[in-house]
Amino acid sequence: MDWIPQIFRRRKFYEDLSEEIRLHIEEHTEQLMRDGMSAEEATRAARRGFGNRMLLEERSREVWQWPALESIWADVRFALRQLRKSPGFTITAVLTLTLAIGANAVVFGVLNALILRPLNVPQAESLFIVQHGSDVGSHSYPDYFDLRQHNRSFDDLAVFAISQSGLDTGKDPSNVWQYETSGNYFDVLRVQPYLGRFFHTSDEHGPNSAPYVVLSYAYWHSHFQDDRGVVGRVVRLNKHPITILGVAPPGFQGTVLFFASDIFVPIVNHEQLSGENILNARGDHWMFEMVGHLKPGVTPAQATADLNSVDSYLKKSYPKEEGNEPYTLARPGLHGDSLGRPTRAFLAGLMLLSGLILLAACANLGSLFAARAADRSREVALRLALGSSRNRILRQLFTESVLLSLAGGVAGLTASILLLRRLSVWRPVPQFPVHVPVSLDANVYLLALVLALVSGVLFGIVPVRQILRANPYEIVKAGSTGAFGRRITVRDVLLVVQIAICVVLVTSSMVAVRGLMRSMHSNFGFEPRNAMLVDTDLKAAGYSGERIPAMQRRMIDAIQAIPGVDSVGSVNYPPLEIPGSWQSLVYTDASGDLSPSNAAADPSMYNISPDYFRASGTSLLAGRAFSWHDDTNAPRVAVVNREFASKILGSIPDAVGRYFKLRDGTRVRVVGLVEDGKYANLTEDQQPAMFFPLLQSPASWIWLVVRSSRDPQQLAVAMRSVLRDIDPGMVLAIRPWRTELAGTLFPSRMATVSLGVLGMMGAMLSITGIFGMAAYSVSKRLKELGIRVALGAQRKEVLQAALGRAFKLLAIGSAVGLVLGILASRVLASIVYQATPRDPVVLVGVVLAMAALGLLATWIPAQRALSVNPLILLHED
Amino acid sequence: MPVVNKAMTETNSRDLFPGALEMMILESLRREPAHGYTLVQHIQQRSNSLLQVEEGSLYPALQRLLKAKLVKAEWELSSTNRRVRTYQITAAGLRRLEQQISSFERMFEGISLVLNPGRATTS
Repeated sequence: MDWIPQIFRRRKFYEDLSEEIRLHIEEHTEQLMRDGMSAEEATRAARRGFGNRMLLEERSREVWQWPALESIWADVRFALRQLRKSPGFTITAVLTLTLAIGANAVVFGVLNALILRPLNVPQAESLFIVQHGSDVGSHSYPDYFDLRQHNRSFDDLAVFAISQSGLDTGKDPSNVWQYETSGNYFDVLRVQPYLGRFFHTSDEHGPNSAPYVVLSYAYWHSHFQDDRGVVGRVVRLNKHPITILGVAPPGFQGTVLFFASDIFVPIVNHEQLSGENILNARGDHWMFEMVGHLKPGVTPAQATADLNSVDSYLKKSYPKEEGNEPYTLARPGLHGDSLGRPTRAFLAGLMLLSGLILLAACANLGSLFAARAADRSREVALRLALGSSRNRILRQLFTESVLLSLAGGVAGLTASILLLRRLSVWRPVPQFPVHVPVSLDANVYLLALVLALVSGVLFGIVPVRQILRANPYEIVKAGSTGAFGRRITVRDVLLVVQIAICVVLVTSSMVAVRGLMRSMHSNFGFEPRNAMLVDTDLKAAGYSGERIPAMQRRMIDAIQAIPGVDSVGSVNYPPLEIPGSWQSLVYTDASGDLSPSNAAADPSMYNISPDYFRASGTSLLAGRAFSWHDDTNAPRVAVVNREFASKILGSIPDAVGRYFKLRDGTRVRVVGLVEDGKYANLTEDQQPAMFFPLLQSPASWIWLVVRSSRDPQQLAVAMRSVLRDIDPGMVLAIRPWRTELAGTLFPSRMATVSLGVLGMMGAMLSITGIFGMAAYSVSKRLKELGIRVALGAQRKEVLQAALGRAFKLLAIGSAVGLVLGILASRVLASIVYQATPRDPVVLVGVVLAMAALGLLATWIPAQRALSVNPLILLHED
Repeated sequence: MPVVNKAMTETNSRDLFPGALEMMILESLRREPAHGYTLVQHIQQRSNSLLQVEEGSLYPALQRLLKAKLVKAEWELSSTNRRVRTYQITAAGLRRLEQQISSFERMFEGISLVLNPGRATTS
């Protein structure tokens, strides 16, 4: 191994070599002079005889080099020098790439975290979620029991529901989100505790037998300050004593990627904790997810068939309670197909768009590069003439482009890391522990690197043909301006492609923004402005039975008495509050068969106080609202919306006075008709909804709706103090209704923001693209323009000559892009609510935007063209 | 269309065939140590100027030989009192030369056998 001393000896070798060659030529010259040549002739002849000295010296040196490495290093240094010479170009290129690669890294980071990466539990690949049709949460606890017992495909099945409780650790009771899980939950997921122990099936001995809680690592960290002594401590959950068993490992959040629960409690204690006795109700499908590992060798298809054979037996045994839809399996993480499918579609769409961004950026840089190469054609020609090989020149150009793209890649990756970090700690919906769990891994870095290299090669390849065809003699003779012709060049095509892509992006984002605007201004069926919501859970505060409605009435009356409050109503769960509305099957009055398959509809259901419609701003179209006299002694009554009236009652004008039936057969008389609205989410088709008087169907969990034009903050303080006067132990959350809606609007907001950002990037790229093209063509033709001005051309003619081509290309690109954008927006319409591509506002908007971008981008070149001073120009060379 | 000497850039007369120049250098040095200029003169004279070796192309070949330790170089003063870098063949160089000559002779013989009948018919 003598390569180490070689490095140090190398300089000596090189010096010796140069000296030797110098002496060689000298000796030859002297020889020739002795033969009778003049000094000048002899020198020239000796040099000619020797050949290309620089090239030969370089080749001789190459013998001593690691061939690739060192000449690459030389290329890199050369490229850096070149780039430093044109900082404007360098900055534009790096910035463009930073944006494009950064956008791709961010989107891929999210895609990777949510879809590609397996869950953070052992053997996640065999883990599946059992869903009914495409609905994940449609299991009752008894269903789970039967499926678990009778299926032969799963190692074991676990189930859990999500709910909220008041946790009292001795000071400051607070709301926590809890997973109520089957006893085997942790065993099914094969996780080990971080501290203490988990509960197991063996801890369950019938209802309310397991007063245990396991804390999530994050909750333990934030609320118990990492105190290892918590194991065995007794805390109060909804006022019931419960023992802390252990702490789950850090990062564990079960099978739902975007939701982080605070605590885990056994579901067998549901009655004790919530006061509801629904554990044995087969018709109550309140489980959030059912999950298990497939046995080794069992395929998902076999497991599905197996589950459905159990289901057919269940359907036979319990025809009233079981739904029609067959069982299917879904991958865990995104809560089954209902959420997973749109999320996947959306992310795939975003990935496609950001890929387009990168492509547009490459086209952009490619044309800039080609322009640069054309500017440097003289230099290239000289080097070719002096004996540099074409390969070598191409290698240098590629070094330049790859250097740029790597710089852009690194910057883009850095930016995306910062952004994704922010994203992963972001709580988009304040009242829910929802977050986007993105952490970067090797996949993301690799993608950024590959994208950087690929784009470097892509835009570096553009000028290759130009250089391969370069004819040194011609170029040196004619000067660089000779090459600028009128025919369509690669650059023109690239510019059109790039503008078309950008227009697609701009169109898409405009379509999305319009869609969001429309859905924000659509009729919700209530008026969120000037309304406050108070979220209370009386059971968590220790109330039960008769005391609940009485307490609710006291609360309503107390808030009504606050000055400035117009009206106060209550509702068990406000419309458009995530995760969705409560629903219940209803039957037409005539139907006798009350099995689920015979139901007329599954309308949203609300239990409200008499003043709710006034407080929420829902207009009553016919009949009456409720009064406090609609209690258990009065006949059952309901108010329905228009959709309900036409769908179930068969008539809107005659709806009032008609009857329908509930699942238990109770006949309910319709006393009022209200306007339609949005209930579970903004994108739903018009849904039927029914409202029942609070006193006839009590709920412990109520939200007060307070209408007042007072300042929300002052009002909140006033409300808190009156409610604390009634019961100081109550857990309260007071928020303006508009804030509360943020959660519901989150998906479309998110979609709009991301599409908006991509659209902006598209717009920026087209500005730089057009600017580059226009500036280049102006600088190329400055002399010609000067002559035109000197010959008396008008401003308009000068502009026409300088920028006509840029505008023509812009127009072609925009037209192509608009057509493509309209086609692409169809895909978009399936993701973003109320997004329609044939919206005239969008079309006009895109055209105006592109025209504005064109003007903006050509402004500086146009100024330059107009300020041409023919005298100065013609003085030059 | 002006004529541009494209050949100048890539396919210059660096090598007759791979290794030929090295072989001739080694053979010259076996007779006596020499510096670059005399080596070129020597090769051209010995070949009766049939082989036009571009002078400069000697140097990459010399560097290759140096690197492979088949020759060694030293600065000294020549008989004409000129500072020259004289190359000398090494033991390894001698061995390599013998190998190359024998393999070249075999190759040449092979080529002649193939070419001779053809030449007989065409000429």
